[in-house]
Amino acid sequence: MSDLSLRHRLAERGVDSRLLLLLPGLVLVLALFVYPFVYGLGLSFQPVDGGGPFENYRRFFGDAFQRDTIGKTLWLALPAALLNVAASVPVAYRLRGRFRGKRLLTTVLVIPITLGTVLTAEGLLNFAGPSGWLNRFLQAIGLIDDPLRLVNNYWGVFFSLVISGFPFAFLLILSYLSGIDPSLERAAASLGAGPWNRFRLVTFPLLAPGLATTFCLTFVLAFSVFPSAILVGDPTGTTRVISIAAYQAAYEQYDYPFASTIAIVMGVIELAVIGIVLFARSRLYTGTTGGKGA
Amino acid sequence: MTAVTPTETPADPRRRLVASPVGWLIWGTVGLFLLALLGVVASVLVNSFGERWFDSWLPESWTTQWYRQAWTGFGLFDVIVTTLEVALAVVVLSVVVGVPTAYVLARRSFPGKRLVFLLFLLPIMMPPITYGIPLATVLYKIGLAGNLSGVILANLVPCVPFVVLTMTPFIEQIDPAIENAARMSGAGTFSVFTRILAPLLLPGILASAVLVLVRTVGMFELTFLTAGPTSTTLVVALFNSMNAAGIRAQQSVDAMAVIYMLVMLVLLVTALRFVNPTQLVSQVKEEPPE
Repeated sequence: MSDLSLRHRLAERGVDSRLLLLLPGLVLVLALFVYPFVYGLGLSFQPVDGGGPFENYRRFFGDAFQRDTIGKTLWLALPAALLNVAASVPVAYRLRGRFRGKRLLTTVLVIPITLGTVLTAEGLLNFAGPSGWLNRFLQAIGLIDDPLRLVNNYWGVFFSLVISGFPFAFLLILSYLSGIDPSLERAAASLGAGPWNRFRLVTFPLLAPGLATTFCLTFVLAFSVFPSAILVGDPTGTTRVISIAAYQAAYEQYDYPFASTIAIVMGVIELAVIGIVLFARSRLYTGTTGGKGA
Repeated sequence: MTAVTPTETPADPRRRLVASPVGWLIWGTVGLFLLALLGVVASVLVNSFGERWFDSWLPESWTTQWYRQAWTGFGLFDVIVTTLEVALAVVVLSVVVGVPTAYVLARRSFPGKRLVFLLFLLPIMMPPITYGIPLATVLYKIGLAGNLSGVILANLVPCVPFVVLTMTPFIEQIDPAIENAARMSGAGTFSVFTRILAPLLLPGILASAVLVLVRTVGMFELTFLTAGPTSTTLVVALFNSMNAAGIRAQQSVDAMAVIYMLVMLVLLVTALRFVNPTQLVSQVKEEPPE
């Protein structure tokens, strides 16, 4: 078998020298993503205090203070991501197509992306704090007697996640919705479908893949909540999220194996949620989509 | 008024009846959201110009001293220079590495393609902390963290996949016949890239470059985990100064947050001139004006 014919047979399957263009990207991802991950995984099985390879995992799941970070993170991230996606759909549905001021409105909704967590945190502390404008206003109109506690607890972090997550979810959903051919809905309308049926039977199935992707990306954003959980939250109590636990293990106790353990646990939980969402989506509708939603 | 407006066909009155309350609810919610947002931003702005502000609607008097303090006290000039250095390096490297990868993934099919694709999807789907901590551990071990190169390397992890995923649809839109014609005329892969693809892809490259720029300037976790004292970027400096409460006046932190927002706003408004954000994931089929 000569060298030339081997090259021919490979080329028939799509393997030739042009695939070398993949090399820089692959090397980078392997060296900076896969290798550290595998290294961290290995590290997590080498506890500093000895006690068997699973000691770190036993330590994490055995200690309620550490274990509860999982529940606290999910309790913040799931509702925030759900709300962001659910609120984006009707807003984006009304805003698709062309109209005057669309560019202005999109720009206004994009502004929160420029704020950054620190400004959002400072703003929430000022605005929704005990003597902030919100509480002053609610007291002035007589709705409440005592200031509501909206910051330095669960709600502060939740609001921060909505402010940073909603614009992102909205832009993605708007983009998926605009990718759906409007003539499909017009066809449904001409067959007598009302607005609710048009949405339920035509737009929604076509949007489902985009919804799943948007939920996943928004969930990743919310799940990795870190600075705002410290700044507007209650980082030793109700909003001690899993990334705080990982950070403390690495940079306050310098226990890198334990920090890697927490990072791995965090990754596994996050991928499990995404897996469930994508599985549910695959059960829903698996035809072609209007946009590149797959 | 019995005249029918051109956008509404007579068959539509039912739609108005059903849609109206829902529409009001939606616009009301959007309005409240925007109002709260305005309140959040305005309270930071007001505080950054306020002299003393305790239990009143507005501060007692106004001043710009917090901005002066933030500029000198935080060494803001150096921090902004570092931020731009990191961002530019990340943009250039991720475009140079990402575009060829996107090209192969958009044009070719080969064994293991799905695996390669998954490999580029994972860094985007994982929270930065999960790979940031092991990555920082490795980088510290080989002496690359705590300085500029560590910050740049760490930021490349999500940015290269981001360029790959945003460029793939742009490349798919280019007719392969153009490339084939160039190859027939004797152009090699390199000249196909520089003479044919690069000019056609310029809008896409610009779009993803600007987005990577915005992303990198705003990226907190990865920079926070790998930065040393001389490689702090704007977000990390902000977080540190706010977290170390009591050392700096809160108004001074607010002033810095306003500066950060202005930097991001300039970047984003520039980005929006090049990219229609809604066209990133799909080709928009907009309803023709009727």
